[in-house]
Amino acid sequence: MMTGVAEDEEKWLAAGIAGLQQNAFYMHRAMDSNNLRDALKYSAQMLSELRTSKLSPHKYYELYMRAFDELRKLEIFFKEEARRGCSIVDLYELVQHAGNILPRLYLLCTVGSVYIKSKEAPAKDILKDLVEMCRGIQHPLRGLFLRSYLSQVSRDKLPDIGSEYEGDADTIMDAMEFVLQNFTEMNKLWVRMQHQGPAREKEKREKERSELRDLVGKNLHVLSQIEGVDLELYKETVLPRVLEQVVNCKDDIAQYYLMDCIIQVFPDEYHLQTLEILLGVFPQLQPSVDIKTVLSQLMERLSNYAAISAEALPEFLQVEAFSKLNNAIGKVIEAQADMPVFGAVTLYSSLLKFSLHVHPDRLDYADQVLGSCVKQLSGRGKIEDSKATKQIVALLSAPIEKYNNVVTALKLSNYPRVMEYLDNETNKVMATVVIQSVMKNNTHITTVDKVEALFELIKGLIKDLERTAYDELDEDDFKEEQNSVARLIQMLHNDDPEEMFKIICTVRKHILTGGPKRLPFTVPPLVFSSLKLVRQLQGQEENPFGDEAATTPKKIFQLLNQIIEALSNVPAPDLALRLYLQCAEAANDCELEPVAYEFFTQAYILYEEEISDSKAQITAIHLIIGTLQRMHVFGVENRDTLTHKTTGYSAKLLKKPDQCKAVYACSHLFWVDDQDNMKDGERALLCLKRALRIANAAQQMSNVTRGSAGSVTLFVEILNKYLYFFEKGNPQITVAAIQSLIELITTEMQSDTTTPDSTADAFFASTLRYIQFQKQKGGAVGEKYGPIKV
Amino acid sequence: MNFLIGAFKPPCNVSIIFADGRTRKQVPLKKDNGQIIMVPLFQSQESIIGEVVIEPLQGKKLEHTGVKIELLGQIELYFDRGNFYDFTSLVRELDVPGELYERKTYRFEFSTVEMPYESYNGVNVRLRYILKVTIGRNIVSNIAECQDFVVRNYTPLPSINNSIKMEVGIEDCLHIEFEYSKNKYHLKDVIIGKIYFLLVRIKIKTMELEIRRRESTGSGPNTYVETETLAKYELMDGAPVRGESIPVRLFLSPYELTPTYRNINNKFSVKYYLNLVLVDEEDRRYFKQQEITVYRLLETP
Repeated sequence: MMTGVAEDEEKWLAAGIAGLQQNAFYMHRAMDSNNLRDALKYSAQMLSELRTSKLSPHKYYELYMRAFDELRKLEIFFKEEARRGCSIVDLYELVQHAGNILPRLYLLCTVGSVYIKSKEAPAKDILKDLVEMCRGIQHPLRGLFLRSYLSQVSRDKLPDIGSEYEGDADTIMDAMEFVLQNFTEMNKLWVRMQHQGPAREKEKREKERSELRDLVGKNLHVLSQIEGVDLELYKETVLPRVLEQVVNCKDDIAQYYLMDCIIQVFPDEYHLQTLEILLGVFPQLQPSVDIKTVLSQLMERLSNYAAISAEALPEFLQVEAFSKLNNAIGKVIEAQADMPVFGAVTLYSSLLKFSLHVHPDRLDYADQVLGSCVKQLSGRGKIEDSKATKQIVALLSAPIEKYNNVVTALKLSNYPRVMEYLDNETNKVMATVVIQSVMKNNTHITTVDKVEALFELIKGLIKDLERTAYDELDEDDFKEEQNSVARLIQMLHNDDPEEMFKIICTVRKHILTGGPKRLPFTVPPLVFSSLKLVRQLQGQEENPFGDEAATTPKKIFQLLNQIIEALSNVPAPDLALRLYLQCAEAANDCELEPVAYEFFTQAYILYEEEISDSKAQITAIHLIIGTLQRMHVFGVENRDTLTHKTTGYSAKLLKKPDQCKAVYACSHLFWVDDQDNMKDGERALLCLKRALRIANAAQQMSNVTRGSAGSVTLFVEILNKYLYFFEKGNPQITVAAIQSLIELITTEMQSDTTTPDSTADAFFASTLRYIQFQKQKGGAVGEKYGPIKV
Repeated sequence: MNFLIGAFKPPCNVSIIFADGRTRKQVPLKKDNGQIIMVPLFQSQESIIGEVVIEPLQGKKLEHTGVKIELLGQIELYFDRGNFYDFTSLVRELDVPGELYERKTYRFEFSTVEMPYESYNGVNVRLRYILKVTIGRNIVSNIAECQDFVVRNYTPLPSINNSIKMEVGIEDCLHIEFEYSKNKYHLKDVIIGKIYFLLVRIKIKTMELEIRRRESTGSGPNTYVETETLAKYELMDGAPVRGESIPVRLFLSPYELTPTYRNINNKFSVKYYLNLVLVDEEDRRYFKQQEITVYRLLETP
């Protein structure tokens, strides 16, 4: 069916072209023999092909273009005729004898063009006559093409100021009047097209109409090209007339296209100066017109204009461009009741961009825009429409991109309120954008207020929003998000400890709402951030006046305790343990014994109650040992308690090798090289001996269970510890003990049952080499090592 | 033999020569046999002056009972063929009975002849002017020679020339108002006007303006009316909407019009009408006819 129509159309077009060419041929012959009468006759017949109603605009255009080419030749012929003495006035009458109107008017326009050029009559009179006579074609398609022809032949002959066809004082008005009238009539025809033909082909017709729109728009372009149309004239006459037509035609396609056209063809400064008039029209347009695109275009153009020409800026202020636009948008939204949210948001997004470009210093404008946007969104609940969401993201991203500084965005009180309308997913995306901006630009966020505002913004990441289904979350994404939050927390800094403390409190308040899944990510940065503050305070003297409000390390530690405690609900004992130990170390540095002790206690409790995995236990015990070793703040009693506990834990590890390793590590707890009060050589030796025993037991156990002894690695390791203490001057470590250990290892290695282990061999060999090396060093060390025989 | 030939051929040549024949304007005239000849043009109140030349055939004697020249204005109705109504008949005696042996020239003059009607060649009627020379003879039939000429009368610009303005329509369907700038047009005039569409509920395809000539002959029950459409001039293409106004500009010069003739000698009338025709998409025609008066305006040289 459809192909049938298309085929038929091809056939009709072919027939039309054939008829046209045939008559053009006769016309050429008549022109060659200077036969005016025949030339007119055949040209009229040729043009009769354009009377067809069977062609779609596309095909009709093809036919028209061919006729157009022929008419150019005819025009040249007319010119020659006039030169040969044929009166142009007579010619003008002669062509009007044609019985059919369409050929007649094409000929009339053609002669009219020659007539104007001859200057035998004022251009304005001829143009007026032509545009008036063209009313005879009421068929939309044919009329549009005819008038487009008129516009084409006349555009270089308008009585414009400075043109050779310039007339009397009102010449510019005549030129303008002509174009306006042609435009008006063309638009009417164009709009009327929609009512032609059956309703079921409406869509096809709309498409065809769109193809023709440039014919109408060309008139506006011509108007904009008229030299004499200055701002005054544009404001007083051109714009009101064009807009009147736009409003009155009540057709959405036309309104959309023409508004767009006006915005595109006329200069920006004109728009700026006529903003009120132009904007006044928008609420009057049909509800189905895509106003948002048009208005956005306008605002975009204006912002570009402002960007390019700085001298125009005062004009923007003078005409109050922003408030006018803002009002207009409000009215448009009001007028178009069923405009989708998407549309409204797009408008505000464009306005915001405009405001940011044109008035970067007026943050209140931006906030105002967001405020209006909130007003629009309120009562609509979360926005589901993906397009709208996209626009809101654009809206919210704009200020961040513009200022490259979240701090500025934080000043916008309506910013988070807009965010609330986003769905959870997008909210998160937006929050990520915010965070990335902070990180990219290394923005310093230094006050509690800002921090508060910032966390309000990234709420989506900080806590679970309602209706979030966990299983939908991508684990990787989640980690990514939370890592970025963690990085953000690190960015918050203020040199003033008071303020910093407040910031920490604020952050804590927020992250504690995050739930078990987030805390493992958010707590550590906060803890370290706090510890940083502690370090900062550490050097300073305590406030001698004992100001209650003053920030002291003690207070921070109290807070830290609470923060870490939160992890116990997660539960994340490993992490909590590490953090406790970190805190303990910091407390140690602050000489706060009770605090440090408390942290250790917490860590031990965790170890006992929560850490049950043997591997985790090993790690934990080594961490504890390491930390404890560095503690110097404890008194003897406390220290004893702690070390005792630690040694106890070490010996209770599940696997013998692990026990062994932990125990020999404990030896360091009793002998701290740089602390004189902690040099209990005996207990260190005890530990080592115990380790040896365990290693032995391990060896035997291995023998029993696997039929071969395990590696000697443990022994070598213990030997190294011996050597360490020996070197450090622990009097309990004797050459004999070392000697016997070496022998033991040698024997073990030669034993049949021992599993050969190259690593252990190498380890042992290099240990021995070390001893040799020390021996050869000479001096005190060499002397010390001297007795050891290898 | 010679005698016999002489019986079939007129024994002399008769020709009528106008005194100002060389300078006088000639216009074409269609003769009965379809041939177009050029004849002199006169108007009323002009004097018709000329010569009649009679030239007997070589060596022949022409006996006659008198020579006269008549100026005849005749109306010829075709349905009444053969009957001429002479509304004008002027006679000038040129010669007393006698004999002609050689070429003889007679001067004649009809001064300030009243010729109120114009020559007209219509469908059913013809009005013509002739000069007829008759050589009266005994026994054998008279010798007659005719010369056509054309009369055209000029009218000054009418002092009153109202526009034609009218609103017509079909209820709830179509209402238009049309306006022609004048009701009297000269032959080379232009009809200027406008058609306003006040209400359009039908799908109009085109609109055209026709010029129609209505020739009525005879009277009473024997009236014959013949209507011809002389011009079809497309004014509009496509369907207008309410509020549109369509310009009319029709040059009359390309069409062969005559002035309006009203009741010429109680024999015939020729009237002109403008017929505005709207055609809808189903090819139904809606029309309104208006009479206009056509007159012949003296062409200023």
